[in-house]
Amino acid sequence: MPTASSSVPSQGSDRKDLSRPFRKSSLDVASFVFGGLTGLATLLILAILAIILGNIIWHGWAGFSWRFVTSGTSQGMFDVDQAGVLPMILGTTARVMLMTLFVLPIGVITAVYLTEYASSTSLFTRIIRGAVNNLAGVPSIVFGLFGLGFFINFIGGGIDEFLLPNRPEPVWGKPAIFWASLTLAVMTLPVVIVATEESLKAILPGLREASLALGATKLETIVMIVIPQAMPGILTGGILAVSRAAGEVAPILFTGAAYYMASLPRALTDQFMDLGYHVFILSTQSPDIERTRPILYATVLVLLLLTLALNFVAILIRARMRRKMRVAAH
Amino acid sequence: MGLQRGHRARPLEWLVERGIFLVSLSAILMIFLIFLFVGREALPIFFGRTNSSLVQETIPVDKLDSIPKPKLKEYLGLTDSELAGLDRETLQELMALKIEGAQQAPKDKDADVNTTAWRYLLKPHQWTGYDRAEFIWQPVSQIHKYNIIPLVIGSLKATLVALMFAVPLALGAAIYVSQLAGPRTKEWLKPTIELLAGIPSVVLGFFSLIVLATVMQNLFGYQSRLNAFVAGIALGLAIIPVVFSIAEDALSSVPRSYTQAALALGSSRWQAAWKIVLPAAIPGVFAAVALGFGRGIGETMVVLMASGNASIVSWSVFDSTRTMTATIAAELAETVFGGHHYRMLFMIGTLLFVVTFLSNLAGDLIIHRLKGRLEGKR
Amino acid sequence: MTHLRSILILVAASILSSTQAGTITAKGSDTMVILAQKWAEVYMAKNPGTKIQVTGGGSGTGFAALVNQTTDIANASRKIKATEIASCLKAFKKRPTEYKVCLDGLSVYVSSDNPVKELSLPQLEAIFTGKIKNWKDVGGPDAPITVYSRENSSGTYEFFKEHVLQNKDFVASAQTMPGTAAVLQAVAKDKNGIGYGGAAYGAGAKHLAIKKDDGSPAIEPNEESVIKGTYPIWRHLFIYVNPALDKGEMASYLNWIRSEEGQKVVKEVGYYPLPKALRE
Repeated sequence: MPTASSSVPSQGSDRKDLSRPFRKSSLDVASFVFGGLTGLATLLILAILAIILGNIIWHGWAGFSWRFVTSGTSQGMFDVDQAGVLPMILGTTARVMLMTLFVLPIGVITAVYLTEYASSTSLFTRIIRGAVNNLAGVPSIVFGLFGLGFFINFIGGGIDEFLLPNRPEPVWGKPAIFWASLTLAVMTLPVVIVATEESLKAILPGLREASLALGATKLETIVMIVIPQAMPGILTGGILAVSRAAGEVAPILFTGAAYYMASLPRALTDQFMDLGYHVFILSTQSPDIERTRPILYATVLVLLLLTLALNFVAILIRARMRRKMRVAAH
Repeated sequence: MGLQRGHRARPLEWLVERGIFLVSLSAILMIFLIFLFVGREALPIFFGRTNSSLVQETIPVDKLDSIPKPKLKEYLGLTDSELAGLDRETLQELMALKIEGAQQAPKDKDADVNTTAWRYLLKPHQWTGYDRAEFIWQPVSQIHKYNIIPLVIGSLKATLVALMFAVPLALGAAIYVSQLAGPRTKEWLKPTIELLAGIPSVVLGFFSLIVLATVMQNLFGYQSRLNAFVAGIALGLAIIPVVFSIAEDALSSVPRSYTQAALALGSSRWQAAWKIVLPAAIPGVFAAVALGFGRGIGETMVVLMASGNASIVSWSVFDSTRTMTATIAAELAETVFGGHHYRMLFMIGTLLFVVTFLSNLAGDLIIHRLKGRLEGKR
Repeated sequence: MTHLRSILILVAASILSSTQAGTITAKGSDTMVILAQKWAEVYMAKNPGTKIQVTGGGSGTGFAALVNQTTDIANASRKIKATEIASCLKAFKKRPTEYKVCLDGLSVYVSSDNPVKELSLPQLEAIFTGKIKNWKDVGGPDAPITVYSRENSSGTYEFFKEHVLQNKDFVASAQTMPGTAAVLQAVAKDKNGIGYGGAAYGAGAKHLAIKKDDGSPAIEPNEESVIKGTYPIWRHLFIYVNPALDKGEMASYLNWIRSEEGQKVVKEVGYYPLPKALRE
């Protein structure tokens, strides 16, 4: 492990050099050191990534099997030979799908407003943008607290009090897959907004102008020309949001994830088992960590496949889009 | 077909456009709601309205009929409708319970202390059984001790280690990718590094708990296997993609002409990068660090699993440490809803929100200015 | 499209399904969730008409659910607190009925390399509160003691604090682990470590024999010593129910749990069965 400072080129050389014309003579060594150090930093990051992925894939593959992803935990969640992760896969999938339903429309509409309607210099637009950026930086555990305080206690509790006053037990005012999805939707809103905005900006202005010149109104242009053109970007945003949300555990700790459930959730107000939370449980609560290691690694592998595969697809789409944009710009 | 509608749909469109505008406010609304609702649960702490004192006066059960209603309500903590719904027998039970509770209260000089007062949250206090005044976070205890200083220090410690590890690496990589790498290398290098952001934090936590902690201990031979150092390194892995992306973006946004001019004057690529591009983009680098800090201090699962979670006041990175985020995650599930422990955790959440809000705002403003400057605006 | 359909189904299901009648729900302690699930399975196999649903969440969560009547059974690894009884009284006007359902011995773990074989309760108290900081003070090598504890949300933590630490605080430098497995793993890898957790757990680390005080004999934790009560650190695990619901199917289930058959399951899962006198 190199120490933290070794990868930054030392500033010592000589600052006064700046005023003088650059000399060729000192070039070779300095060039080599500079390129070497930054290259080394890059390499180190790649190496770390490779080690993490390699370790997980290597060990995870051993415990991975068709049975593992298609069976549940009815024999107990720590049973190495019988336990599977199907309920967790389904739980995680269901919650991110529900989330997409909320976050995509809101995110896309906000992005449309920001690029098509708002003037880019007004204070108001800047405040919206600032809020979006800030939302992206709110700690995930704070989203969990928010979900508990707002969705479950305030909204859910409110529904129970005013709409279902005859039920003795809370129906909506308790952790549920619905609230977990909503919490995640709030969390991933910036992801969708930013990705959509980027793709909207990449559309040639000529397209909009042509549409308007033909007599279409602004809204028609947006709905029929701009949005279809921006679809790959919107898709990327959705995928990135899903991949981000699929791996998050902190926001759902108090809003819906269950430690253990014997059956699958059947209603929006049920709790659910979750892949990420299951990884946490397996690595900290298992009665015999050495024995359950294979299923732990296999679960991590499943989670990683889910999130990274999605991420990878999103990155590919985005890279292609950027290239197209560059071509268009020239 | 739509194109022919021309002006007819205008009123409806006007409505829809208003709708679009309203929806676009959602981000602002959410920030506001988060602050409101996380803060709301913590409000009594901020205003000193909670009382965790254990010593309370009790009233003998047979006095039930002689106490006035309002006083009984307050004594038993009942609402009007609850009081109306309870029969005499239950009320007696409740009163008997109150006395039982009082008998179980510890005979302790601190038993009548309201430990949720700010004085006890921030300053050291010599509790019974301790040799000197200390900062103690022991919320599940006979005397609930809520000093948040150990948690604040823990969060800062882990985050600083993470930044010291992540910033040089991420920055180096950002310089390499944006300035030195050829376009083809760049094309696969950038997404690959950004792939690190796709690893869920619970997986990073798992990796540091199961693999990294052991490797590091063997390497450095320190005492506690899980500590601020291991947590910091793991946290660094989560921060690297954040710092890398923003720094790379800032470096790339420095106009090509700067580099071209430097090269034309006979400088080498590294001179152009180090002396022209980096200084021009330096605010962006600061912003990257600010945002990395925000990400680090708010990260939960990594520190929950890798930090050892001991609430000690110590600046040694090889000691176990307990962060604010991990404390919320570990303790909230078992707290009494609306109780002082519950509110205390929401107070910590509010604190976290404010801190990350400020660091994000700072990072955001810096980037905005930088972009404005580089694009030739004011 | 399938995406949309599955969501529609979820939405429809949420409207249609409500809590099914005739289902017994059990909620509470994560320590007991595996045990409760096993009980439910064995019982359901014998009585196909009964449906039992088990979830975890923690002892406190179980009590909260008992109060607002979202669960019929609250599993708890600690005794109910006065404030929780008060909430029950307000909600259903009765104190909840308490059933002891099995025994759990708590072991003190040290690394297998540690020469120390036995400790007394006062010594444990001194170690876990930080009064004793070096192994040489309790007959071990000259090395600092690393203390591992559990998260303060766990029932095990509260029990150990109450019965071994005499309600004093754990030393601040105690590392808190999110689960017994994590404690065990930490101790197994740390030759100076000491931690505590269920006696049934325990691959990789050594379970100490415990003396009640300095004069009494050291007792190893095992089924016999825990059931007889000679091993000093043990606890009951509890089930709490609303007395109004303790009839019919529920009553027979609760009786079955404390019968010979139910207690056999206890042993399979790794706890200790109730002594005959407590089975009623």
